[in-house]
Amino acid sequence: MREPLHMRTPMRRVRGLGAAHSGTVQFWHQRLTSVAGIPLTIGLVLIVIALLGRSHAAAVQILGSPLIAIALLLFIINSAYHMWIGMQEIILDYVHGEKWKLVSLMANTFYVVIVTFAAVYAILKLSFGV
Amino acid sequence: MAELEAGTTRRARPLSPHLQIYKPMLTMMMSIVHRITGAELYFGALLLAWWLIAAATGPNAYASFEWFMSTLIGRVILFGYTWALMHHMLGGIRHLIWDTLHGLDPAKRELLTLSTLIGSIALTLLLWLIGYLANGGPQ
Repeated sequence: MREPLHMRTPMRRVRGLGAAHSGTVQFWHQRLTSVAGIPLTIGLVLIVIALLGRSHAAAVQILGSPLIAIALLLFIINSAYHMWIGMQEIILDYVHGEKWKLVSLMANTFYVVIVTFAAVYAILKLSFGV
Repeated sequence: MAELEAGTTRRARPLSPHLQIYKPMLTMMMSIVHRITGAELYFGALLLAWWLIAAATGPNAYASFEWFMSTLIGRVILFGYTWALMHHMLGGIRHLIWDTLHGLDPAKRELLTLSTLIGSIALTLLLWLIGYLANGGPQ
């Protein structure tokens, strides 16, 4: 048996931390991003409707205008964090092997970072680019 | 102590009953659908990224995106994305209401769940009607 480093039992050390080993902070952040997501989603829908049937030149002008670009950036960054937490929750629920859990969690982060950077870069290019 | 610790970790723990023994209920089905629509939107983010990158790239790339969205597969994906977005948003609002401990009694939780389902379908159809009219309507 390993020598205990302190008086706390193993149960006490893990209680309340859950499968992600980091407590309930993501539960709260998921609620926070879901509340923010409501107006931002409505904004996205309105922007898409405004662009329907327009030419590329008109679409570029609208997407690159400051208020539209800011609304889209907020939607993308908020959604990215929300979906990163959500997919992590799904992985922790269904992937039990330590190796595949680690691989899936890494893949989740890579996917979210790549998609987010691509979308953010596109908006910045539409706003400032040539 | 060592024996006791090893013994407690190896003993088979009782399992809680899993999904298949329950009668399917609306709240339970919509809870599952909430997760599925979330996963759909996760991959649907590629669509959003493609749209923005196409716009930033140029007229040809934008035309390719618009062409794909006008095909049957594109339309089905976009319709599914619209419904998933509406359902996940309304389902999220339902969960936020439940987080405040409101609407949890049997009648109210069924009503809330049914209204998010009907609401998401109605909103999706409304958005597509607006889209149809914005694209010129019946020609």
